[in-house]
Amino acid sequence: METVYFDNNATTKVAEEVLEEMKPLFCELYGNPSSMHTFGGQIARKIRRAREQVAGLLASDPTEIVFTSGGTESDNAAIKGTLAAVPDKRKVITTRVEHPAVLTVCRDLENHGYTVVELTVDKQGRLDWRQLEELLDDDTALVTIMYANNETGVVFPIDKIAELVTGRGVIFHTDAVQAVGKIPLNLSKSNIDLLSLSGHKLHGPKGVGVLYVRKGTRISPFMLGGHQEAGRRAGTENVPGIVGLGKACELAAENLEEENSRVKYLRDKLENAILEKCPDSRLNGDKDNRLPNTSNISFEYIEGEAILLMLDKFGICASSGSACASGSLEPSHVLRAMGVPFTAAHGSIRFSLSRYNTEEEVDYTIEKMPPIINRLRELSPFVAK
Amino acid sequence: MWEYTDKLKEHFFNPRNVGEIENPDGVGEVGSLACGDALKLTFKLDENGRIKDAKFKTFGCASAIATSSVLTEMIKGKTIDEAAKVTNRDIANYLGGLPEQKMHCSVMGREALEAAIENYRTGGKKKHELQGRVVCNCFGVTENEIERVIRENNLTTVEEVTNYCKAGGGCGGCKGEIEKIMEKIQGDKIKEIPPAAPRRAGKMTNIQKIQLIQQTINEQIRPALRAHGGNIELIDVEGDKVIVAFRGMCAQCMLAEYTMKDLVEAKLREFVSHQLFVEEDKDSAKEPHNHRE
Repeated sequence: METVYFDNNATTKVAEEVLEEMKPLFCELYGNPSSMHTFGGQIARKIRRAREQVAGLLASDPTEIVFTSGGTESDNAAIKGTLAAVPDKRKVITTRVEHPAVLTVCRDLENHGYTVVELTVDKQGRLDWRQLEELLDDDTALVTIMYANNETGVVFPIDKIAELVTGRGVIFHTDAVQAVGKIPLNLSKSNIDLLSLSGHKLHGPKGVGVLYVRKGTRISPFMLGGHQEAGRRAGTENVPGIVGLGKACELAAENLEEENSRVKYLRDKLENAILEKCPDSRLNGDKDNRLPNTSNISFEYIEGEAILLMLDKFGICASSGSACASGSLEPSHVLRAMGVPFTAAHGSIRFSLSRYNTEEEVDYTIEKMPPIINRLRELSPFVAK
Repeated sequence: MWEYTDKLKEHFFNPRNVGEIENPDGVGEVGSLACGDALKLTFKLDENGRIKDAKFKTFGCASAIATSSVLTEMIKGKTIDEAAKVTNRDIANYLGGLPEQKMHCSVMGREALEAAIENYRTGGKKKHELQGRVVCNCFGVTENEIERVIRENNLTTVEEVTNYCKAGGGCGGCKGEIEKIMEKIQGDKIKEIPPAAPRRAGKMTNIQKIQLIQQTINEQIRPALRAHGGNIELIDVEGDKVIVAFRGMCAQCMLAEYTMKDLVEAKLREFVSHQLFVEEDKDSAKEPHNHRE
């Protein structure tokens, strides 16, 4: 077995079909879509097509799609752009388990006179979103809550939250980087004002993303310059990236059912077998409301980075919430917010699958995992003989 | 991904001397589950007083396991006096080097060895315990230990101290203290690059002073507390007395007084005025915290 890639929440393989669409845009069709000549102008049609493909996956209008350089830019643009558009309001509500692209931005706002409220989660990583009823007030400029958690895969009830928030006249943003392409989204039937997505999480290229901006949502542009993206995001378009992302969205829409049946079956098989074969292991996150591809498991008494290196030897790629794996000295902020004990947080492993994984790879991993866990437990001073 | 040497990887995948010796002559246990790594070292001597056998059990990352493994190899055949001379540098060198951020693994190895030797010399009575004043409460690191890693590894920055013994790697509240220890030991070396005098404001009106205190809390103090799930609020300023309240994790923390003294006061003195002192607002500390102020 060469490489078994179970780290699809970190990044994904670019689909062959996506690469084929992108190829001619480097050396043949390299024009600038803003140019007046036909050579450049024909590229604008390709971007329009990509915009339609993205809108198709989200069930939105193409004019609501703004291309950016990725998920992090989309999050920054949504948060800072909203606050700039409503300068008199000084309160932002988010959660403790956001991706750093949201959490770090929000915490920085505190230094600029904003009040930031971070909603808490329970032991299963579920959000007590009804806290919002009391928290929303006239001073609240923005609520930003992720669609699905990157570490545990827990999905929040975003449609209900969006309804509550926008019903009180507050702008609602969601970081849907992990959700798009994995679970169905229908923005025409939701109240979400702003939504971030990233190309490389759904078999598109890196360096391209989207900020969805609902019609009528006031947002100040984050990047100033030329008139591109209807003045909402300046800078010559990343044409190959945008075209690739468009194709990736089209493929994601076609494969959504497979994602929720076959990928989910593989994930469940992997997860159930590991939990059964490895004693003192536990699942992190709400089993019933999760992305179909993600599984986060803690192994007591052993450390995540050591597990990853052992897996790596067999060509199996996963990730860990342990402190050592990140280079910091403290384990994952998501697992800590859920109250996962330090002991279990240090030994957490995330498997994230994609439609390119096979049952053979799952069986191979199920076979390799128990001996790795046993081997490291033999080394651990916390396991009784 | 970490840049590990081949030797380190080899010892991680094929660790030597795993286990525990029955009826050992010396036992050393350091670290804990909460800290993220722990090591139990046992050894037995032969009739000539040389280490005949050594075994380890380790909870931790690849480099923690590999350093434990080479430690057992290094001390076999040595007398107690010889083994006592092994430094964390020796362990790291034996592996062909460790990433800087993983140097604390080699320090853990040396600590376990010392603990085991101490245990042997006291006839198996004495178990390892922290000696001296605890400076870093997050990872339980003492002043003695910090002094030692600075001396043995010729460290000159706080960041290096964190890499070598974890001190300062949690809430960061003890960084000022580590800097003082550093100055005490490395005084001359650090003075080579004279630190810029704090750029403090001159004469201020009361309003300017309060604004500067607020700004300092926002920029210099809150981020460190936030990293640990805590927060701080400026309640009032009376002359040179700054009254603050701790929120979140900090409010329940038994060490609140310590963090406050060390971090808040030091920062306010550095950035605002030397005369400032800090008091905690006890009334608001008693209120249950709900993150909704």
